[in-house]
Amino acid sequence: MNRYASDPAAIRGLIRPDSVHRDVYLDPELFELEMTRLWRRAWIYVGHDSQVPLAGDFYSTQIGREPVIMVRGADSQVRVLPNRCSHKGTKLVSAAHGKCQGGLLRCPYHGWTYRLDGTLRSVPLKSGYVGVDSDAEGPLRGLPEINSFNYRGFVFARLARDGLGFHEFFGDSVSSMDNMVDRSPQGRLEVAGGVLRYLHDCNWKTYVENLNDAMHPMVAHESSAGTAKRLWGSQADDAPRPMVIEQFTPFVNDYDFFEKMGVRVYPNGHSYTGVNFSIHSQYSSVGEYERRMVAAYGEDRAKAILSEARHNTVYYPSLTIKGAIQTIRVARPLAADKTVIESWTFRLVGAPDEMLAQTATYSRLINSPTSMVGHDDLHCYRAIQEGLASASSDWVSQHRNFSPDFIGTFGATNEAPMRGQYQAWADLMTRDETAAP
Amino acid sequence: MNAAAAVDLVYREARLIDEKRFDEWYELYSEDALYWMPLTRDQPLGEMQTSLYYEDKLLLKVRIERLRHPNAFSQAQPSFSQHVLQQPAVESGEPGSGQCVLRTPFVYVEAQLDRQLMLAGVAYHHLLLVGGEWKIRMKKIELLNRDAALPSIELLL
Repeated sequence: MNRYASDPAAIRGLIRPDSVHRDVYLDPELFELEMTRLWRRAWIYVGHDSQVPLAGDFYSTQIGREPVIMVRGADSQVRVLPNRCSHKGTKLVSAAHGKCQGGLLRCPYHGWTYRLDGTLRSVPLKSGYVGVDSDAEGPLRGLPEINSFNYRGFVFARLARDGLGFHEFFGDSVSSMDNMVDRSPQGRLEVAGGVLRYLHDCNWKTYVENLNDAMHPMVAHESSAGTAKRLWGSQADDAPRPMVIEQFTPFVNDYDFFEKMGVRVYPNGHSYTGVNFSIHSQYSSVGEYERRMVAAYGEDRAKAILSEARHNTVYYPSLTIKGAIQTIRVARPLAADKTVIESWTFRLVGAPDEMLAQTATYSRLINSPTSMVGHDDLHCYRAIQEGLASASSDWVSQHRNFSPDFIGTFGATNEAPMRGQYQAWADLMTRDETAAP
Repeated sequence: MNAAAAVDLVYREARLIDEKRFDEWYELYSEDALYWMPLTRDQPLGEMQTSLYYEDKLLLKVRIERLRHPNAFSQAQPSFSQHVLQQPAVESGEPGSGQCVLRTPFVYVEAQLDRQLMLAGVAYHHLLLVGGEWKIRMKKIELLNRDAALPSIELLL
């Protein structure tokens, strides 16, 4: 079916101010258009520059459907290149990460080589190409560098040649990345602890919505967090709470807590919950870490950094971060009903090991394919995917605390962040399209 | 005698999981036990790396209590497991000394109505003789495809 590709008005008609048409989650054609439009026009998280510390180090991943390489050049710049030989289209690297032999990317099929900035270096028996143009369409074009932006270590790329600039797209939402990086006494993060990859049989947008959904934890996580809280409840009040109990129990805080933590919504689909406090605010302090922070930043600044404990920040559409616990989750869509969620953890450079242990523990408890919390989240996402097959209504509600303005600061149970995401969705899906003649 | 009892314990542990006799299963573990499934290859013990499971008895208790909770929504349609074990072999230690590690290659199948997940790997049971009875001090599970994007694993390997 080709209902939407040449009909931008039909796409815009799927998004109402207070609800979303179910096709947005179900329709394979819309998924294809998301890959060729939205995921090319938005700034997508590729990786962290600490994954490629030395010249020649690479990390390979996908932006939407397109295979890309993040590689550090001989000039120590991190670039994003298409993972596709300009000859036959062979993927140049297949490992998730590694080192380019001899400082070159070499095609495993016919041995064409590229420098780390993507320029073509050599072709076997090159005399066979005499007279062939090295223009952008020809085989001698090399690997055209993709627009990328390294924000304090977080590397994003935009496949579309033209579009919103990095700062224009993210605006003040970058403050959540700032806080995460500032939590290192040296102002630096390093990927550490391994990556969890959790296969979700749901639409990627359902996952992204959930990150700022403050109305579900006390319901969906009653069986896990509620059980942890109950089992620990028999301990004496002054018994030291294990880390896992500290991390689990706030998930079943009451509606009032979640409402009051607050949500801030920015243009282009970005937002964060935990404006005032969050489920991460009450963790026991690590004395040695606080001492190092004060030594690095001074008392006032250290206190300001650590008292900012945001819950989830959504960098629409691909990245969600938890600066307060140094984990990020990255959505990699595979199909309308299939998404991989990657969970990465970070070391605060200069902080004691205990901080990384806290981070890795959180990621395991909450984000792993074995997570009791994750199981119930995914169950609900899948139930949405299956439930929306019902034609009893075409519309999915985003009415809660509705007002036409969705940019600003609200109580966190407000569905403004979702409304903001879908306005961004409609914009990114149609911004360069004109109606068919 | 001790060696045969140690091997029996490994088989019994798998059977108790598959039969969902979780309270009896829980008692097979010593008070300081660790149930561990690393995320990466050659992963060192400890919490500086993320693991798929890294559970002490408190967390294992939460897990089995949750499975019985009426609002464990992901289990509204219950999952069932089947372990198929290769003969456990002594990997290190001496059963006669009251301490040993058994190595057991396995296939693990988890089914939930129309979905079925099949996993394979090797389990290492670190056993300790306590009052004439073997207890599991640590179970380390090296999942074959631990670096894959995995769907939910709802029960226990």
